[in-house]
Amino acid sequence: MGKRVGMEVSIAAAEAVKQGNVDVVSAYPITPQTHIVEHLSEIVANGELDAEFFCVESEHSALSVCVGAAATGARTFTCTSSQGLALMSEITYIVSGLRLPIVMIVANRTLSAPLSIWNDHSDAMMIRDCGWIQYFVENGQEVYDHVFISYRTAENREVLFPAIINMDGFTLSHVIEPIEMIEQEKIDQFLPVYQPLHRLHPDHPVTMGAFALPSIFAETKKAQEVALRSSMPKILEVWKAFGDMTGRYYRPIETYQAEDADTLLVTMGSFGETASVAVDQMRAAGRSVGLMKIRLWRPFPFDDLKKVALRAKQLVVIDRAMSVGACGPVASEVKAALYGSDQRPSVYNFVAGISGRDVAPPDFIKMVDKAEIEIGEGNKEGYELYGVRE
Amino acid sequence: MTKPESEWTWKELTVGNVVLEPGNASQYRTGDWKTLKPVLNKELCVHCGLCYIYCPDMAYNLSEENYFIADLSIARVVAFVQRNVPPGPSPWYWRRRNNG
Repeated sequence: MGKRVGMEVSIAAAEAVKQGNVDVVSAYPITPQTHIVEHLSEIVANGELDAEFFCVESEHSALSVCVGAAATGARTFTCTSSQGLALMSEITYIVSGLRLPIVMIVANRTLSAPLSIWNDHSDAMMIRDCGWIQYFVENGQEVYDHVFISYRTAENREVLFPAIINMDGFTLSHVIEPIEMIEQEKIDQFLPVYQPLHRLHPDHPVTMGAFALPSIFAETKKAQEVALRSSMPKILEVWKAFGDMTGRYYRPIETYQAEDADTLLVTMGSFGETASVAVDQMRAAGRSVGLMKIRLWRPFPFDDLKKVALRAKQLVVIDRAMSVGACGPVASEVKAALYGSDQRPSVYNFVAGISGRDVAPPDFIKMVDKAEIEIGEGNKEGYELYGVRE
Repeated sequence: MTKPESEWTWKELTVGNVVLEPGNASQYRTGDWKTLKPVLNKELCVHCGLCYIYCPDMAYNLSEENYFIADLSIARVVAFVQRNVPPGPSPWYWRRRNNG
């Protein structure tokens, strides 16, 4: 077992990038940014990691540099948040279209306006459809672990997709947690040197990012769509291999006290840990409540979700972002997953904790209370913004 | 040798749509979306060759009568239409593209 060290989660993420022997790091250094690249710039400057560190003038350039570097066959890394991700968003679609296995950590933070720096998932939802593998993690250990998991998955010849590790900004990125560091020899074994399928090289000229006429564009997108959906077995395989190495097994959908629960809370990201405390309290009070956590956001695990959700009578889906004018984005997906089933549970949707507002265990209990009452009264598809002063 | 883009199935595409055959752009007719097409007025043409020289795609071929004939699936010709070229008025003018 590796050494357990107390450290800030962002620093642990940077250490993971170092252990993952990344070749190129490109990032915009100023707000909104985390200590991840700050620490990486020190690591590279100190000669602890043999990598090129590009300190660029914008997030648009940060990801563009990653595109160029990944196209030559380099293992590349970047990270950003909120408005930075917005500026980067144009390039996110290009990365997945070119099938470059770049890994990015997004410390999820609010999009303006009003101007805000705190945590929610509005940035992640803005680029929901960009075609990357998208993980949501719950604590610092999972951030650290998923750096290795992401590279091994992304670089697999049968996958070749970029991956985003979404971690809640501040709630995770700026807190100190115990992190079990994995020995370097194990990492080297788990994560072999990246062998690109195609790369830019003067000896073997190729064209990347070519123009596609309407007569072929749909075929390119079909290929991309099938490839991302087909990456699921590899994603599971890498999680299994990682679990065999560390004892920490991850799944697309994870549960807590869910087996016999009538009511299931559904969360994504760091909400999961807090909600599990609330579930314990409700179980102690004799209530039939469990928790379902969505770890894999894309490709969306429809089948895994259905297996758990269809056993419950009602789901209380808690989004941490709004789709203004519709319901929460996670609830949309959950409802879509369940629509084809005859005996489907009611889905009550709250948006909670936007812009970093605290959601403590009593808040989860209040949401379950409210949902159970509303559903009992026949409001089976409710949607509301939790905790708003009237 | 490649084939027309309308014949490719999604299963045949390379990962990331990488083009593995350098220079195969010459085999594709990419410029057929014009609504106006440039036409050469041979009476005004002074055979100066500027259209050939300025075209980034080298899309002109010299005909037997010494006219530079544009391959309109590639050439833009835009720079010379209705603009004077030495020593007089432009030999190129626009015509609405109805049937080719």
